[in-house]
Amino acid sequence: MTTVASPPRSPPPHLPPSAHRPTATGGPEPKPAETGVWVAIATISMSFAALTSAMVVRASGAPDWQHFRLPPILYVNTLVLIASSLTLASARRRITPASALDGLPRLYVTLGLGLLFVTGQVLAWRQLATQGLFLATSPSSAFFYVFTALHGLHVLGGLAGLLYVLRRLRRVVPVPMTALGAATLYWHFMDVLWLYLLVILIIRV
Amino acid sequence: MHEAAVHPHAPPQGFLRTHVFSVDHKVIGKQYLDLALVAVCTGMVLSWLMRLHLAWPTAAIPGLDKLSPNGAAGGVITPEYYLSLMTMHGTIMVFFVLTTAPFAGFGNYFLPLQVGAEDMAFPRINMTSFWVTLVAFLVLISSFFVADGPALSGWTAYAPLSAVGKDAGPGQGLGQTLWAISIAIFCVAQLLGALNFIATTLDLRTKGMSLARMPFSTWAWFITAVIGLIAFAVLMPACILLILDRVAGTSFFIPSGLVISDRLQPHSGGSPLLWQHLFWFFGHPEVYIAILPGFGIISHILPVFARKPLLGPRAMIGCLIAIAFLSYTVWGHHMFLSGMNPFSATLFSVPTLIITIPATIVTLLWIGTIYGAKLRFTTPALFCLGFVSVFVSGGISGFFLAQPSIDTYLHGTYFVVGHFHFVMGVAAMFGIFAGTYFWFPKMFGRMMNETLGKWHFWLTFIGVYCVFMPMHYLGLAGNVRRYSAFTDDYLKPLIPLHRFITIAALFTGAAQLIFLFNLIRSRFRGPKAPDNPWEATTLEWATTSPPPFDNFGGKPPVVQRGPNEYGVAGAGGADYLMQAAPEPAPAR
Ligand code: HEM
Ligand SMILES: [Cu+2]
Repeated sequence: MTTVASPPRSPPPHLPPSAHRPTATGGPEPKPAETGVWVAIATISMSFAALTSAMVVRASGAPDWQHFRLPPILYVNTLVLIASSLTLASARRRITPASALDGLPRLYVTLGLGLLFVTGQVLAWRQLATQGLFLATSPSSAFFYVFTALHGLHVLGGLAGLLYVLRRLRRVVPVPMTALGAATLYWHFMDVLWLYLLVILIIRV
Repeated sequence: MHEAAVHPHAPPQGFLRTHVFSVDHKVIGKQYLDLALVAVCTGMVLSWLMRLHLAWPTAAIPGLDKLSPNGAAGGVITPEYYLSLMTMHGTIMVFFVLTTAPFAGFGNYFLPLQVGAEDMAFPRINMTSFWVTLVAFLVLISSFFVADGPALSGWTAYAPLSAVGKDAGPGQGLGQTLWAISIAIFCVAQLLGALNFIATTLDLRTKGMSLARMPFSTWAWFITAVIGLIAFAVLMPACILLILDRVAGTSFFIPSGLVISDRLQPHSGGSPLLWQHLFWFFGHPEVYIAILPGFGIISHILPVFARKPLLGPRAMIGCLIAIAFLSYTVWGHHMFLSGMNPFSATLFSVPTLIITIPATIVTLLWIGTIYGAKLRFTTPALFCLGFVSVFVSGGISGFFLAQPSIDTYLHGTYFVVGHFHFVMGVAAMFGIFAGTYFWFPKMFGRMMNETLGKWHFWLTFIGVYCVFMPMHYLGLAGNVRRYSAFTDDYLKPLIPLHRFITIAALFTGAAQLIFLFNLIRSRFRGPKAPDNPWEATTLEWATTSPPPFDNFGGKPPVVQRGPNEYGVAGAGGADYLMQAAPEPAPAR
């Protein structure tokens, strides 16, 4: 497909018949699903940025801020989540518009690792709880639970998205590559977001 | 991932799929508008109750004790119940009227049409966001019927009042929790909506519809969506923290050693200022979420009736973008008296004064557009002029409030109430009215009655000036806001003015019955509307009234030019060129 940058006032170049309908974006065929995920990434980032600044404000000048050691299982969970991103990336490389068969096993592994991550996070909560650290115990534990819970919810959303894509991959030909791309993008973002959260939790909590 | 609407879809069958759980952006847009209509009627009744009480504090309002046996025993409103009414009025109006109608309502209906798309990018997410909004509304309204009534901490829900429980007064128990839940749910709906607006604008424009050729209203909805995406992403976690303080015993916003109703609150170390920062980081952009669609609607409609292109189209879009950007730098101007560092007051004052520059340019562009034009004085045109008038009247008071030293006196007074009701409340309402009179023929295939429309305009226009202009004077005279009655010695001389305002408010409210009547009657009895009754250029007028399910009957238009081609030589002696019309043969 040609990607001539069109000057603003002239009509864009003619699109190939493969495009369902004529569109104005003179470049490659637009992929609303991917745009949607980018927008979601922007807004989720903003939410977590707000919570981060709330944490910084709350921690400064508060005598009741308690530091505690993060449950070690978090580091295992981190590895699990990174591994899931890797398996997903490699699954995606094996899937072509003609067939998704080669990538399916790795997709199942990704789903499994994702579930494992969520389970691991729940275990981390249980470890904290046995130490007597609950949501309302101290502001640091409160932020820990809020961050991990909100991130976990978004991961569950990503798992639901992957599951949905998986079902369609098995049934639909040509393979819905855009949906797969969008779900992959979101999943990698969950990874990056978690690494960010881990770093600020290590620094602050 | 939901399937994008890039392929034609067949119209659904059955009443439920076509009218209730519809994925059609036009149906969803109308549902938002209906919701806003219900909300605005509720909010207006609440405001009458407040106004009646302010003017005649001891008078009993018949039947009110049925709604709240404690809050209005014998029909007389208690101070606490007054605050509940005020909170609900503000929350309903800001969230479920001024955000819902101009942005979600008109935006849903007309953004896809104006860019030549068949639907929003994610129709099912679109439907979800409407139903989630409705749930948020019902949760909020349900607080009228719980034991202690609705929250009383205002639409800004300042902590610690909003974060501690029942001790802080009736309504601060379950009522305030429901408030926070409702707003959190509302945020989710708005984020989903903004996602759709952005993806649709970026990806589903028809052939030839470059960004520079987008109508001004589309630009405004798009920019509003970007603002909303950031603003609601901050309010939602703030509400979650607030809910946790209330129900889970955390201390995000509640300081140590707080004693309320003789009880030491079991919280420590929280920061009430943190809530204010989070809230106003959302709150100031929110006022632009309410007004920018109005900017877009006015810029869209004025040229149609001036029969002249909008002056400075690029400057207009540049100003909208500048306002969006600056709106994130000024939130502290609501907090000059909050106890934050006085030095930061200056820091917030400067961008506040800077943001008046693009706002002023926008107004001048509108005035320049009508200057020397042969205006067609239709009802939508009148409401556009009214919009400019009230926006200027309300904007001017903003200059005063932006100075920390002057705001110290005015902050807690009716001056602020007058300011924001003009610039946000009435201006946005006039935008909604202009949009309704303008687009009604497209949405329902029938014209609204012009005579009734003009009566509606003039009565409303005079009415709102009588209601809100005196409030500036009250504020200057030191009349505090958020009080339920003014019986103290120094406020006594002002009570006649309060009575005047109350009478004007009831009168203005009654004038809205004309609008309601016109709306319902025209829906069934209005004369049939042609496809393009106002001789406008944009794509929504290039299809039938009302448009078919897929908007353009399977033939997406191909855009040839921008939306601003008025006062030119068009086909067949017309003075305008539609965006998708082929190049006309040279005249003569
Ligand atoms: C000309 C530009 C404007 C300036 C300089 C300005 C300035 C201000 C300032 C300094 C305040 C704080 C007053 C106080 O609480 O003591 C304020 C309040 C307010 N403004 Fe504006 N404003 C402007 C335009 C607008 C617009 C366009 C809107 C809405 C569309 C708006 C809506 C509000 C609201 C809702 C409040 C009060 C919120 C509350 O306390 O409940 N303002 N304005
Ligand atoms: Cu503001």
